[in-house]
Amino acid sequence: MRVRGINGLFWGGVLASLLFQLAPLPTVLLPFKPYWLALVLIYWMIEVPERVPLGLCFALGLVADLLCGEMVGEQALRLCVLCFIVVRFRSRLRFFPMWQQTLAVLALLLNDRVVYLMVHAIAGDPPPERDFWYAPAVGMFAWPWLFLLLDDLRARLRSADA
Amino acid sequence: MMAISANNTTPLFGEGASSTLRLVVYLVAAIALMIADRRGGWLERLRANTGVVVEPVWRLAAVPAQWARSARIALADRHELSEQNAELSRQLLLAQTRLRRVEAVQEQNQRLQELLAVQKTLGLSVQLAKVIDIDFGPYRRQTIVLDLGSDNGVKVGQPVIDARGLVGQIAEVRPHSCTVLLISDKSHAVPVRIERTGLRTIARGTGALDTLELPSIPTSADVKPGDKLVTSGLGGRFPADFPVGVIRSVGNGASGMFASAVATPDAALDRSAEVLVLHELANPVGPPAPAEEFGPPVSLKGSDEPAPPVATAPASEPEPTPVEER
Repeated sequence: MRVRGINGLFWGGVLASLLFQLAPLPTVLLPFKPYWLALVLIYWMIEVPERVPLGLCFALGLVADLLCGEMVGEQALRLCVLCFIVVRFRSRLRFFPMWQQTLAVLALLLNDRVVYLMVHAIAGDPPPERDFWYAPAVGMFAWPWLFLLLDDLRARLRSADA
Repeated sequence: MMAISANNTTPLFGEGASSTLRLVVYLVAAIALMIADRRGGWLERLRANTGVVVEPVWRLAAVPAQWARSARIALADRHELSEQNAELSRQLLLAQTRLRRVEAVQEQNQRLQELLAVQKTLGLSVQLAKVIDIDFGPYRRQTIVLDLGSDNGVKVGQPVIDARGLVGQIAEVRPHSCTVLLISDKSHAVPVRIERTGLRTIARGTGALDTLELPSIPTSADVKPGDKLVTSGLGGRFPADFPVGVIRSVGNGASGMFASAVATPDAALDRSAEVLVLHELANPVGPPAPAEEFGPPVSLKGSDEPAPPVATAPASEPEPTPVEER
């Protein structure tokens, strides 16, 4: 029962993040859209890493690529890199205070941007505008709230189960 | 899966080589996919097939935005709507004003065309004049002022007509304007003929714009309401056969010796904005031509003068001739 509840929370979170990713926004707000899927996955990788193996990251990245209609494999690559780094430093990230964690998330998202840039540079796409770099900052500010929300929901599920 | 759970049990910083290897495998797979997507076309088919699944997700993702949009239209735009409303009603007002103007111009055009038609049918030399002043009072002479004067060649006594009938005659001439005495003025009288019977009489003004008086009709005469009055041409001031009015009613005169009739002028005395001033008549003076000509046609009549060719129309040609003969 507990696994089912947690499972629901995980897949609900992933689905919601994909929908947020796709939701149409006014053009002004578009560059400020954070990488929701990465934020949700970072949470789960920090808290319950066995739920998010590298293969699942790869698969989710492919699904996101298909949904967003971008180059197939791009988000898969990015999420794999992200996953690897987070799992690598998981034990440290986990015990960081919130502000350090937030900065770490900023670093992760910036790194993700760099990977994105590298992929597109190799593919021969033109360099992006300056607003390309706004999204990680927004993601950083969204992180504490997302973390608290998911933590709270998970704690409720656990206590309801107990 | 098993490998990861096994991985999870490893101590904190103990990342094995297997983990890195898996990462490299996945990265290579991703890169291969990207290259395949860029170079080969087979992923296009994959995308087309997954579109069936993907599209509902897009729809779902677009729902909040649609709600937001409809909510904005429903609520937040009230100010904008009222502004738009004000703007539109202002434009409507302007458009209506413009429309009125066009209508007025159209009416004027109609009137001018009627006048032009009169000018053509009369075959007379006329001059268009604008009414610039009107002076109608119960105890005054009924006059209108036109924008033509002696500078335009206008002389006292010239008849004034409009598209429907006789208006009056010019009573005073100034350099740039002239005064017209209307046929409805009390001091004005027109020699007329009742068109149906040919009876000649006189139509006087009564001081009312819509009434003419025919005071002296023989009691035995055949006059009925609805009979048309035309100018008789007697006196030489007005051209013959020009409409003057219509008999409204017939009654007994004050003396009992004559019947008297009341007629309505044909001309729009109170409405005309443009009138025509008739110039010198083509036929100087004289009674009108007989209505019908009796006897043999001209070609058979006399041999004292060379007869016009038989082929010419008999009706139009001989008309001036009797006038000249008398």
